[in-house]
Amino acid sequence: MPLGPVARDTSLDLPPGPRRKEDVVLDVRGLVKAYDDAVVLNGIDLTVAEHEVVTLIGSSGSGKSTLLRCAGVLEPISDGQILLDDRDISDPRIDADAVRARFGVVFQAYNLFPHMTVLDNVMLAPRVVHGVPPKEARARAEALLARVGLADKAGAYPDRLSGGQQQRAAIARAIAVEPRVLLLDEITSALDPELVGEVLGLVRELASGGATILMATHEMGFAKQVADHVVFLDQGVVCEEGPPAQVLGEPTRPRTQEFLRRVIDAGRL
Amino acid sequence: MSPEQPTPLELSRRRLRAGRSRRSTLTALVSTLVFAAVLYLGVTNAPGWPRTQATFLSPQVAWDSLPRILEGLWLNIRVLAVAAVCTLVLALVLAVLRTLRGPVWLPLRLLATGYVDLFRGVPLIVLLYLVGFGVPALRFTDSRINPVILGTVALVLTYAAYVSEVFRAGIDSVHPSQRLGARSLGLSYGQSMKLVVLPQAVRRVTPPLLNDFVAMQKDVGLISLLGPLDAVRAAQIASQSSFNFTPYVVAALLFVLLSVPTARLADWATARAAQREQSGAAL
Repeated sequence: MPLGPVARDTSLDLPPGPRRKEDVVLDVRGLVKAYDDAVVLNGIDLTVAEHEVVTLIGSSGSGKSTLLRCAGVLEPISDGQILLDDRDISDPRIDADAVRARFGVVFQAYNLFPHMTVLDNVMLAPRVVHGVPPKEARARAEALLARVGLADKAGAYPDRLSGGQQQRAAIARAIAVEPRVLLLDEITSALDPELVGEVLGLVRELASGGATILMATHEMGFAKQVADHVVFLDQGVVCEEGPPAQVLGEPTRPRTQEFLRRVIDAGRL
Repeated sequence: MSPEQPTPLELSRRRLRAGRSRRSTLTALVSTLVFAAVLYLGVTNAPGWPRTQATFLSPQVAWDSLPRILEGLWLNIRVLAVAAVCTLVLALVLAVLRTLRGPVWLPLRLLATGYVDLFRGVPLIVLLYLVGFGVPALRFTDSRINPVILGTVALVLTYAAYVSEVFRAGIDSVHPSQRLGARSLGLSYGQSMKLVVLPQAVRRVTPPLLNDFVAMQKDVGLISLLGPLDAVRAAQIASQSSFNFTPYVVAALLFVLLSVPTARLADWATARAAQREQSGAAL
């Protein structure tokens, strides 16, 4: 499988207008997630199509992270269904490890392994989970690190890297397994403002390279530019969704308008 | 302002700091001398001092008993090496067993929990007697089982229970986000344990493990209760034949000498861990 920067293949571009059913990679249907009494997600319907970037927006506690964790089979769900390429991955009988291996997850706090070098972090899953021979895994990891601009940090331990570098390393680790879907969970929220750009730039590159991405973010400007579809979550339900120009530009629901007003007041749009 | 040419303000601060540091060095020196003098005079002026000196600190008896005790200490050191390795392995297995989830593992989990509860509770001396005299009574073999082996087994049984708890604390101290990161990559429970959690846990518990090793270094002396000729037993024999307690003091000093390097190593490991974990460790 090719690994270097993928040139944008225009034949894969989605036609404007409603997305085609057969393109859907991730299909979330009526997802409910409750912890004891607290209902965090209350019937979420959501699809992510091939090569599409879907952003989840909403205030803290609206359920964005929970939705991503449920989608990535990192948490059991309370009701509903999640399909990956038309296969029900919420079925308890599936091999959850094998399903997880098809997702690439990047966390807010990077979650890099501090006892391994950056290169070993990136090589781990290809080697251990996907059975790539060590030599090949190393070559591919080195190529990936070069792609995210960390070629000279391959031998360094994560704590020697800046936040932005750590997050780029985490992204390299997530895409090293050539995931079907990338799940990005507020990956810039822990970064200093001047480091946000380098990480978002990388995501932008991945998106234009044809990656399929579902991401939670507070960066409305980024969502406006890069997302194909924006989903506004409020109190565990999809309050409003649509193309970024519509949801972020001319929101129709009062909750969305209020949320965006607060975001603008905070200087983030 | 260049660092080579400090301002007068900084110069005056440096003078002040230098003065303070001189004063505290002097204070430490004086208080140490005073303390040592009080201790020395207090002990040597005790009514029974000449008698104590003769029975506990006789140079001649010490010199005569030293070769035998050293020979015994060599046995202690060999027992220690074997027991330490066996303890680490058994403890790690116990700790991992206790973290396993899922119904299949229930019996093993219960067994490990029961083991730790039992062997942390039994005093080492009692266990030494139980293993040392109980196991031979079962007559598995016709020949006599070497008491050194039985003593080592008892040591390992007790220490593994303690050390497994240290390992378990280390495993628990690894942040759940590390496990989440590993599982999100598709690693199985076992793989994330082996490749992500355990390496970090072991690194973190190295200082307390070294501390347990120091404790074990002296507890190997307890195998003398079962009869083998180790340092303590050699001291006992020498003491009984010379009607003098000095051999025990010799054995004690040798055990201290044995443990000091490990104690320093533990200090060093703790300091290094602190330095790595938080940069504010100097305060």
